[in-house]
Amino acid sequence: MPSDHSDGLLEWLGPILQGALVTLEIALLAYAIGLGLGLLGATARLSPWRPLRGLGTAYSTLVRAIPELLLIILLYYAGSQALNALFAEFGGDTHIEISGFVTAVGVLAFVQGAYMTEVFRGAIQAIPKGQLEAADAYGFSRPTRFYRIVLPGMLPNALPGMSNLWLILVKDTALISVIGFEELFFTAQQAAASTRDYALFYALAGALYLVMTLGSNALFARAERHVRRGQPST
Amino acid sequence: MDFSWLSDPFYQKALWTGFVNTLWLVAVSAVCGFALAVSFAMIRLRGPRPLAMLVTGLTTVVRGTPLLVQLFFFYDGVGRLLPEIPGLQESVIWPLLRDPFFYGALTFTLSVGAYTGEVLRGALLSVPEGELAAGRAFGLNPWQILYRLWLPRAIQMCLPTLTGELILLLKSVPLVSTIAMMDLLKAANMVRDETFLVYEPLLLIAGIYLALTLVLTSVMRLIEHRFPGARPVAPKRRRLLPG
Repeated sequence: MPSDHSDGLLEWLGPILQGALVTLEIALLAYAIGLGLGLLGATARLSPWRPLRGLGTAYSTLVRAIPELLLIILLYYAGSQALNALFAEFGGDTHIEISGFVTAVGVLAFVQGAYMTEVFRGAIQAIPKGQLEAADAYGFSRPTRFYRIVLPGMLPNALPGMSNLWLILVKDTALISVIGFEELFFTAQQAAASTRDYALFYALAGALYLVMTLGSNALFARAERHVRRGQPST
Repeated sequence: MDFSWLSDPFYQKALWTGFVNTLWLVAVSAVCGFALAVSFAMIRLRGPRPLAMLVTGLTTVVRGTPLLVQLFFFYDGVGRLLPEIPGLQESVIWPLLRDPFFYGALTFTLSVGAYTGEVLRGALLSVPEGELAAGRAFGLNPWQILYRLWLPRAIQMCLPTLTGELILLLKSVPLVSTIAMMDLLKAANMVRDETFLVYEPLLLIAGIYLALTLVLTSVMRLIEHRFPGARPVAPKRRRLLPG
């Protein structure tokens, strides 16, 4: 039986908040990389070139059909082995331990990119073709067309999906604890095991995740109002 | 790639148990979760205000926290507090409360209830008021209106989304390997620990999940087309998986 609830809580509050910070860092980095991967994936899926289209489709379909936890474990092993092989190729026999942080970000970003591919593909396809043709007629270069027409045109359609994926990502960071990386939930598990106050610390971890998801909900609502400015309200 | 361990009856049995448990967990959570979702949706639409607020709060918490944390909260947190309740250990339901399957099913049911409840609420709201009025005009009681008109119409509207929720449920099952339940991932981990083969068992169950996802989506698509009142042509571009 726990001797004193408040003692354990005070002692562990610092590390747990630290873990929450790490969770946020992982999520933000993975989200940024996932956005890039999603854009690449969507471009591949909409490409006129068939092999590239096939590659994009295979990426998004396979990753989305396999459970996240399974992918994280699989990529965790495969990723560290591949990197080590790569370094062995170039740098002799130096065995490197890639940090848990890099693995966590890489794995989550890879999964996130697959879902993002679908969000962006749908949003890009929803842009009226005439707008793209008009941009071409005005002699826009490809990057200018993307930046001036495609991006502002697709964001209102993509943002609800992007916000959903961010929430899923924040919650998926907890899965990283399974491969033993110290983020919020892993720290909470340690706290629970050492104080034997299981329900308390899991509830605390849950509350912190809830703060993160509810907080980002508010931010995304503002962002959506911003990208929808000038559009008739629905 | 070395799959020779597959001929070992011990591993065959573990994989089979994991496979059956996975399907059972999906079936139990889907059925109980859907029943819960209907109640949640109806409480939020027609229930007394305090109860509706309670359901809204519960939905927010379930949807805003990781499923893994919920699973540990129920299994490790609540599960460890239960023996302190006097008389519970002697009661008939005690063996059930020792079983990780129970906690998996409980967590997933709650999760399906919260997510699907939101979907159903939206669908129930978009059923035209006139159809319900027609039901009342025919003298159906509120219960019959719900069962004969309102719910079937709402399900018909959100069936593709329900398919997506079902796939999400299937893909959450590996989480229960962390609470010592024998599922496919737990079986693969066992093979990995004993044979030191990392990729083979994981890739095998990844393949099984891929197949299960494809089978489940095709079955649901058949149901979508067979559903009474389904539009004759596919209404819009369908995705293989929820986006």
